[in-house]
Amino acid sequence: MSTTQWAALLTMPVAESRDHIQGPADAPVTLVEYGDYECPYCGAAYPIVKEVQARMGVRLRFVFRNFPITNSHPHAERAAEAAEAAAAQGSFWEMHDALYENQKRLRDEDLHVYAEQVGLDVESFDQELAEHVHAARVREDFMSGVRSGVNGTPTFYVNGTRYDDSYDLDTLLGALEEAASN
Amino acid sequence: MTNTTADARAAPLPPGTKAPEFRLPSTPDQTVSLAEFRGRPVILAFYPEDWSPVCSDQLALYQELLPEFRKFDAELVGISVDGIWSHLAFAKDRNLHFPLLADFEPKGEVARTYRVYRSNEGTSERALFVIDGDGVVQWSYVSPVGINPGADGILRALDGLAREGGP
Repeated sequence: MSTTQWAALLTMPVAESRDHIQGPADAPVTLVEYGDYECPYCGAAYPIVKEVQARMGVRLRFVFRNFPITNSHPHAERAAEAAEAAAAQGSFWEMHDALYENQKRLRDEDLHVYAEQVGLDVESFDQELAEHVHAARVREDFMSGVRSGVNGTPTFYVNGTRYDDSYDLDTLLGALEEAASN
Repeated sequence: MTNTTADARAAPLPPGTKAPEFRLPSTPDQTVSLAEFRGRPVILAFYPEDWSPVCSDQLALYQELLPEFRKFDAELVGISVDGIWSHLAFAKDRNLHFPLLADFEPKGEVARTYRVYRSNEGTSERALFVIDGDGVVQWSYVSPVGINPGADGILRALDGLAREGGP
């Protein structure tokens, strides 16, 4: 339940031009996740989000933004930058899935392997990671989350309002179905 | 996290109040006093206990945000009733690089003066204060104990200070 004295609202609106999005722009429900690739709770939420997407189909638009907590999760920042490097080559979601499906193997060597598996140009991938080309983007995501009241990962927003209930499948699906019918 | 119990949160010292002075240990041979921060904003983060999951997440987030707080020239201190050796072990384990002050003896005295002590539990509330460079409370907030308050309120308060007294 939301118990803050101010409304926890998404301060940076979803933009087709910058965000990583699955689902149609005119879907009645937009679910935004702020997540960390090394966070076990995000790992637990990953298949739930997939299932919710499968069940809601075109009625759901899903957006993922980076929220790496680097002092608890030393590989999370690199993993986030790796996903953005994949995005630069049009393969964000393939990398996103690879990272969540291999959460305990996120060293640089591992990221390189996933880049190969996803079919990226690994030379430019490695170079972009080495030069932290995407660090500013990751930080922008992170700060937009902080400003929106993200207090841990994962934090979800349903149609722009922070979702503070449980993200077990039934509860989350119920909340999204309700938002879809409003 | 959900918290459906009746809301019996303390009312913290409100904005406009002179922040009570304190001096508390930060290590076995060092202390930190509020007066040391005169001239710049300070964020006091009272939290119930070292090692609890919510406290750990909250302080990890603040650690991540230290560079953002520094943009406002603001300092952050954590305060709980835990003793100094617990604080040191906790900070080391969680990689926290800001002072954790021990409001340990007399127990919770500083929390009491800020009106955020929970007598039944023997810990402080999960409470935030942003104090300006003149030592006046600019913003205060008590979160339900089981809920990480995040940092948006802190940043908003610092924004407000920067607008008022900004360059």
